[in-house]
Amino acid sequence: MHEVLSKAKKTAVAPKNVLTVEGLKAYYINEHFGVRREVRAVDDISLTVQRNEVYGIAGESSSGKSSLIKTLAGAIRPPMRVIEGSVKFDFGGQSIDVYGEPEQLKPARWRHLSYIMQGSMNVLNPVRRVKHSFHDFAYRHMGLGGAAFWSKVRQHLERLGLDPDVLEAFPHQLSGGMRQRITIALATVCEPEFIIADEPTTALDVLVQQDVLGLIKDVQARMQASIIFVTHDMSVHAAITDRLAIMYAGRLAEEGATQALFDNPQHPYTAHLIGSLPRIGDVRVRKSLPGKPPALSDPPSGCRFHPRCPLAIERCSREVPLMQPSATGGRVACFRAGEVVAA
Amino acid sequence: MHGFLIYLMKRFGQFLFVVFTGVTLSFLIAHFSPVDPIEQTVSLLTSFGNTDPRSVELLRESLRELYGTGGSLLDQYFTFWGRVLTGDFGPSLSAFPTPVSTVIGRALPWTVGLLTLATLFSWTLGNLFGALAGYFRDNRPLKVLGVFVMSMQPIPTYIVGLSMIIVFGYLWPVLPISGGAQLNLEPGFTWEYVSSVIVHGTLPALTLVCVGLGGWFISMRSLVSNIVTEDHVVYAELAGVPGRTMFSQYVARNAMLPQVTGLALTLGHVFGGAVIVEFVFNYPGMGKLLVAGIYAGDYSLVLGVTTIAIIAVATAVFIIDVLYPLIDPRVKLG
Amino acid sequence: MKILIDLLRYNREFLVGAIFLAVILALVVASFFAPYDEMMTYVVIPDMPPSAEYWLGTNSRGQDLFWQLAASMRNTLMFGVVVALVSRVIAITVGLVSGYLGGRVDQVIMAINDTLNALPNIPILLLLVFVLRDQMSWPILAVTAALLGWQHDSRLIRSVALSLRNREFTRQAVFSGMRTGKILFREHLPYVMPIVFYTTMNNLIWAIGLEVTLSILGFSDINRPTIGGMIYWANAHSAMVAGIWWWIAVPMVFVVILFLGLFMLAMSVNEYIDPRSRLARMGA
Repeated sequence: MHEVLSKAKKTAVAPKNVLTVEGLKAYYINEHFGVRREVRAVDDISLTVQRNEVYGIAGESSSGKSSLIKTLAGAIRPPMRVIEGSVKFDFGGQSIDVYGEPEQLKPARWRHLSYIMQGSMNVLNPVRRVKHSFHDFAYRHMGLGGAAFWSKVRQHLERLGLDPDVLEAFPHQLSGGMRQRITIALATVCEPEFIIADEPTTALDVLVQQDVLGLIKDVQARMQASIIFVTHDMSVHAAITDRLAIMYAGRLAEEGATQALFDNPQHPYTAHLIGSLPRIGDVRVRKSLPGKPPALSDPPSGCRFHPRCPLAIERCSREVPLMQPSATGGRVACFRAGEVVAA
Repeated sequence: MHGFLIYLMKRFGQFLFVVFTGVTLSFLIAHFSPVDPIEQTVSLLTSFGNTDPRSVELLRESLRELYGTGGSLLDQYFTFWGRVLTGDFGPSLSAFPTPVSTVIGRALPWTVGLLTLATLFSWTLGNLFGALAGYFRDNRPLKVLGVFVMSMQPIPTYIVGLSMIIVFGYLWPVLPISGGAQLNLEPGFTWEYVSSVIVHGTLPALTLVCVGLGGWFISMRSLVSNIVTEDHVVYAELAGVPGRTMFSQYVARNAMLPQVTGLALTLGHVFGGAVIVEFVFNYPGMGKLLVAGIYAGDYSLVLGVTTIAIIAVATAVFIIDVLYPLIDPRVKLG
Repeated sequence: MKILIDLLRYNREFLVGAIFLAVILALVVASFFAPYDEMMTYVVIPDMPPSAEYWLGTNSRGQDLFWQLAASMRNTLMFGVVVALVSRVIAITVGLVSGYLGGRVDQVIMAINDTLNALPNIPILLLLVFVLRDQMSWPILAVTAALLGWQHDSRLIRSVALSLRNREFTRQAVFSGMRTGKILFREHLPYVMPIVFYTTMNNLIWAIGLEVTLSILGFSDINRPTIGGMIYWANAHSAMVAGIWWWIAVPMVFVVILFLGLFMLAMSVNEYIDPRSRLARMGA
């Protein structure tokens, strides 16, 4: 009886969504010598990520995308604080309310939710061998004895095309691409349902980048995991993500299926990002936007993009546009949505 | 292994350079003394009624070589080096006719023992508490401890030592305040003697620990508060690595590395503290010997202690440098 | 000015440090209005405990401890300031030059730097005091101490200078034909000023500690009143045993006030410059 009831309850909260974010606001609040400063890094963001989906988040540096995923991963520290909203994970029956009951998250880390970090060059402890990282990160989740655990780890490395002998190495003995591959192996060894990848290819050179992207795609497909993939590089998004969200100055500008977004951008900022991509055979001079992204401590009124927007009208500086269903099946926050023609 | 060898060679070179500079400096200072130490010393000795001409001549000769009166400056310099390398500084004036080397040999173990123990204690405790205070920023007891330890830090060694004497010698007389061991005991590995040494060493060591603790505490705390924002720590936190492993293997261990280098850098200062502590507690080590030598006008002894102190500190620095690769794999294999 | 008021208002350490130092400075100022010559003995009744007439009591040498203390503070601080200033000149020059030139030169300079750092100061100073004997005066001692006490600070300054080397404005200055000395002085010095200020405080603490140490041992001009000298005389007259506790308590209490004042000021300034107190890091 009890079981039936809880099952019924679970079906009620959209079973396919692994991650549900509602009205999330997270600010940096600084009080230095009596002056209070607020930086609205994540401002009223709602989104969902489904099972077996690669969800991309794009935006310029300082658009708040790093802050957003840190907040999603429950990894924020003072002076950053969640002001409003919720982040909920649903791992096959086990639901976790990250900011409602934060203690639920800790045992789920790495087992269900893992992370591939930006600047992976330094994410492995420089004074310990790689195998120690595997042990510290994964051992307690696998429920395996020593020998079985290590044979599983070796197997996993081999499957990712890595020589299991790297376990004996120190991080400084490995190349950047190698370290990034190890980080991916580390993040996937427990076969988590959800992986957050924060600019995993940014620091790598182009050929290695391709390789690492392929690796992430492979692992994702095999494990049917969900990934939030963050990068400023639109071409990477085009290559790997299923759905894509565009962030600007702490807010979402547009969200939709990646293909549709590239084909038919609804938001002028999306159009600009796509327009700045080089294409083979295209010899036009790229248009650049005037100005630069606003300081999040003092964002412009109304739509935060309006000072740089080629389509801005008077209303844009007064009213904040809300996320609305768009013509292409996604969502967009623009009063002139749809009037954009892809550059 | 190749990288390790180069590292070792470099460190050894530095060691030789330190010894060379220190000994040269001592030579120069001694050499340009405005007073004539030799005749002054000899007259001081004979005025005490000691007239054995053979030993007076021995003293005169060794002083002449140490301070240099014969030959060119370079000759004198080399003779001085010869004396230093053979550890032969001639007879001591204040303990005539015992050779300086014997007097120093008796004092050296006391200082080495006291300093090694006190330094290890203050370094370990300072780092441990500093790391804890840096990692658990909001812990009240640690904050209180921090304020206490930090306000001890700038206070001169002498004041701390004297306070110890007042507290543990007069107000609550539980510990001996003078000497290295009970005088009527035969030195040796007997329980009685060893325990006496430990009890006598407690206050001097405690003083040195109190003075040294704060510096390690402060630097470790700030190192840790920097390291917790480094990628590998943030990443391990995201992985939910348990707190204990986190603290010891990801935070403290990494923060410790610059502290080991720091230890090597401050050993010279530590010796200065020992001079004062040994003076205050009448501890029979090198520091007390140095001060007593100066009071007594014992040139050979002062020069001997200074030179040996320089070499001893350089050796200690070298030992730390050699041990460093054991805890930082990047040196050995990089 | 506004920074100063902010610091006083929001930083407790700064406030306490400032109050402590104000007490010390008041003493220094008072020393210029002393009714007796500070070097004279037996000008007042000896061995009087603290009273309305003699605020801090008198010692066995017939000196009023209040005026002795005032003169001592002035002399001791003077010593510290001279050491700090002279060693600053060396530390800044070595640090900036080494950091600016970088590469081989930097390695050589830092090797020498570390060598000097590894030499124990006190024995060398004592050796010097010993051979100079009566010709030792406090300015010579101060300069010698300064020559021995700059290596740690020059290393810190160098690590900042090293990071300035590759900055845009440095290159611009080089390309516009500015002389190296001018670049260092005009362009780089302002950047290292905060760390210079912080290390100056620490150096002052070290120098005063050194003076106290040497005087307590009797290795300075013992007739010239200094904090350490006061303790030296108290010991020489066995003040503790004779029950003249105030003779030894007065310099001890005030030396602690002086050190805590300087230390707290250094800490709070450090915090103000860099909220994460990164400067406390050793070396580069």
